[in-house]
Amino acid sequence: MAETATTNYTKKDFASDQMVRWCPGCGDYAILNAIQNALPRLGRAKEDFVFISGIGCAARFPYYMNTYGFHTIHGRGPAIATGTKLANPKLSVWEIQGDGDALAIGASHFIHAIRRNVDMNIIMFNNEIYGLTKGQFSPTSREGLVTKSTPFGVIDRPFVAGELVIGAQGSFFARTIDTNPKLMADIFVKAEQHRGTSLVEVLQNCVIFNDKTHKAVTSKENRDDFQLHLEHGEPMLFGKDKNRGIIRIGSQLKSATIGENGITIDDILIHDAHSEDNALHLQLIKMHPPEFPMALGVIRAVQAPAYNELVDHQMAEAKANNPITNMDELLNSGNVWNVN
Amino acid sequence: MANVKSLQELDKVVIRFAGDSGDGMQLTGSQFTFTSAILGNDVATFPDFPAEIRAPQGTLEGVSGFQVQIGKTDVYTPGDRADVLVAMNPAALKSNIHWIREGGNLIVDTDAFTEKNIAKAGYDENPLEDGTLDHYNLLKAPIASMTKTALEDLDIDNKAVFRSKNMFALGIMYWLFGRSMEPTEKFLENKFKKAPVLIEANKKALYAGYFYAETVEALPSTYKVPAAKIETGKYRHISGNQATAWGLMAGAEKMGRKLFYGSYPITPASDILHELSRHKQLGVITLQAEDEIAAVCSAIGASYAGQIGVTASSGPGIALKGEAIGLAVMTELPLVIIDVQRGGPSTGLPTKTEQADLNIAVFGRNSESPAIVIAASTPADCFDFGFEAVRLAYEHMSPVLLLTDGYLANGSEPWKIPSMKDLPEIKVKLAEEGSENFHPYTRNPETLSRLWAYPGMKGLEHRIGGLEKEDVSGNVSYDPENHEKMTKLRADKIARVANNIPEQKVEGNGDGDLLMVGWGGTYGAMLTAIKELTEEGYKVDLAHFNYISPLPKNTGEILKKYSKILVCELNLGQFASYLAGIYPGTTFEKFNKIQGQPFSVTELKEKVKNLI
Repeated sequence: MAETATTNYTKKDFASDQMVRWCPGCGDYAILNAIQNALPRLGRAKEDFVFISGIGCAARFPYYMNTYGFHTIHGRGPAIATGTKLANPKLSVWEIQGDGDALAIGASHFIHAIRRNVDMNIIMFNNEIYGLTKGQFSPTSREGLVTKSTPFGVIDRPFVAGELVIGAQGSFFARTIDTNPKLMADIFVKAEQHRGTSLVEVLQNCVIFNDKTHKAVTSKENRDDFQLHLEHGEPMLFGKDKNRGIIRIGSQLKSATIGENGITIDDILIHDAHSEDNALHLQLIKMHPPEFPMALGVIRAVQAPAYNELVDHQMAEAKANNPITNMDELLNSGNVWNVN
Repeated sequence: MANVKSLQELDKVVIRFAGDSGDGMQLTGSQFTFTSAILGNDVATFPDFPAEIRAPQGTLEGVSGFQVQIGKTDVYTPGDRADVLVAMNPAALKSNIHWIREGGNLIVDTDAFTEKNIAKAGYDENPLEDGTLDHYNLLKAPIASMTKTALEDLDIDNKAVFRSKNMFALGIMYWLFGRSMEPTEKFLENKFKKAPVLIEANKKALYAGYFYAETVEALPSTYKVPAAKIETGKYRHISGNQATAWGLMAGAEKMGRKLFYGSYPITPASDILHELSRHKQLGVITLQAEDEIAAVCSAIGASYAGQIGVTASSGPGIALKGEAIGLAVMTELPLVIIDVQRGGPSTGLPTKTEQADLNIAVFGRNSESPAIVIAASTPADCFDFGFEAVRLAYEHMSPVLLLTDGYLANGSEPWKIPSMKDLPEIKVKLAEEGSENFHPYTRNPETLSRLWAYPGMKGLEHRIGGLEKEDVSGNVSYDPENHEKMTKLRADKIARVANNIPEQKVEGNGDGDLLMVGWGGTYGAMLTAIKELTEEGYKVDLAHFNYISPLPKNTGEILKKYSKILVCELNLGQFASYLAGIYPGTTFEKFNKIQGQPFSVTELKEKVKNLI
């Protein structure tokens, strides 16, 4: 579906009357703004938007949206959203998660939702910490991080959200950052337009418990050198002068500078988000500073049958082929006998 | 038949088939049942099978049984003791011999009584030769070898021959009871239509068994169980799980909404999923979820979106769903949760029946978390209560837990087919689209249920969730007074469901010296017990409950009339304790059984006789 503007909504139409209660300086404010900016661009009726969340700071999100909203229980948002979408496929279903909600208590629902490819958008706020329970490490916290529950440092190995998405055969994965409102809004629009489960990871800052965890990517001094903004069909260039890029040597990716060691623009990889083969997407997902820039934008967007469409298809086929059209007919079908 | 010694006419007869779980005893038993039902007998069945799909052959663990009672009068249970037991091997004999009455007919496959099998079953000596079976009319039939001889002209492998021996056994039973083989022949033609040679093999084995029994006349008599006097009309056979599935579908059709069933496979509830997944043409959506929690959550998501959200499980799964059911309580969303109870705790006895999930259904969620709890009492009335669960959930905007059990789920009975037009309307109060100042927690003053508005309805956008709600507006509220008010409102809403359910019935003459009280799947045994006791001159009545939470309004009045009350249940007394909490000062005697098996009529009657 192309981006259309058949509705006259503005950002304000999507703000609820509730006071926003995140901590001052929290990255969630910027994400809320970006989603409220993105929705008027989708050309859909307001009553068709549903925001579903689990538990955590991020999960308060639906209260601040003037749409249908359902703040549910910890980790189960994808399962509830699955039922909502299957029950009414006309809805535009958005599911908001934090890294703990999505990848710890709800990890199973997360991968199974992606595997099924129900047409919905999962926006995962990744601040690499538990905020609402006041500062324990999360499944994405880095090794060594000292938190309330790890006074001697984290010894768990962290998940990379995108790796799970690839492992679960995800059809759409994008990554963005809370410091770039335009990139966020553009990605949210693309996520909604994708048919299937769109997983958007937002690198988000928790100002209280894990401040500046993403600074190697997001800070002013790092952002040019450590952000790779991917566009389908465009070369993977980054740096202030766009003179650096990603090349492949053998099966490995390397960060290179054009003009050095004989590297030319022709050596720079072209991003193919639509490639069925997810091997390069996985390599892009795994890149991180200091060896590499962090890949942002739509990393993978491939066509795959959406589960809700398959459900509708089976139902239509059954209706066309099964002579039983109502309960009375079913009740009287098969082995029945009369007692006189 | 010229060579029959005698023909006995019986009002009721109980037959039990037992063999290895690969011997096809469930199929044999259900064929016998179906044929009898078509001939006009009333019937009730009880499959009794192991949790292991194929435990090692010949072992006690692998024995699968199927019991059926057929009668010319009303039959409410599969019967206490078998008049005829078919045992396909020594293990089946050993684990089922206590089910046969003294003097009953015992048919065994002697070919299976090898030294190895006799030892595997734990016998020191061959029970067919040591005199221990002298109390029974024993028919020693070389079933396996005769089946093999009968099928020797056919081009099939040994395995297929071996698998046909259950038809040989069925043939013997058809002769013994003078049954037509036609319904089974039709069944075989349909079942094996892709493999005609198997139709021929099974039919040959069936006839061989029939003619063998006719020829050897080894049993003292054949039997006739005349047709029952049952209400005229169109009938079908239905099992509890199928009836539950169809009741849910009937509820959805009545409301003109899609049925969404989120479920995770679990014994003995899975057949509901299998049944519902076959009916996509009627707008049924089934989701086999990744786990029990996702199953209930997807159902909540579907209810939230305006359809009929249903999930089902057995005890272990219900325990996992608790938090999500609490979410439906808090958000006051309709939801149906079916608990097909089995023996517990933990994994317990997966294939055996029990009634020990009453407490978890009524109380098994954190905090004050009231929900509607109802229970079905026969395989066929699972249809009525499946429908009723949908009706109550949507008329009262609340989760409804429907308790059935393994005995009801797998049991079956003939069922007079209902008509959709005779089922009640389901009255749902929707919010008005585009209404100004819509508040999600605006209540119907009579029922206290909130108005329903769901995504897609214009102008009614609102937020709900698991946090405490401010009365009316539904906004998040931590106000202490508001929390108490809302807690009481949620409880009062469930209490008022009593205005929308039938009064409790008492069966019997209403002036008994003792009131038997039961609930759920024990109905057949308890009803039979009071009927037989009444015939024997005792004054006993029965109050059998289908509505658990809330209880019918006249419950207290009924209890007051009796000086002796005996609560019978397949647990350690959960319903008795529940009643004692609501009606303090009333004395409840208890009769409990927790063996994974239903009550026998005999043991219920004995208990009553001891008390009167």
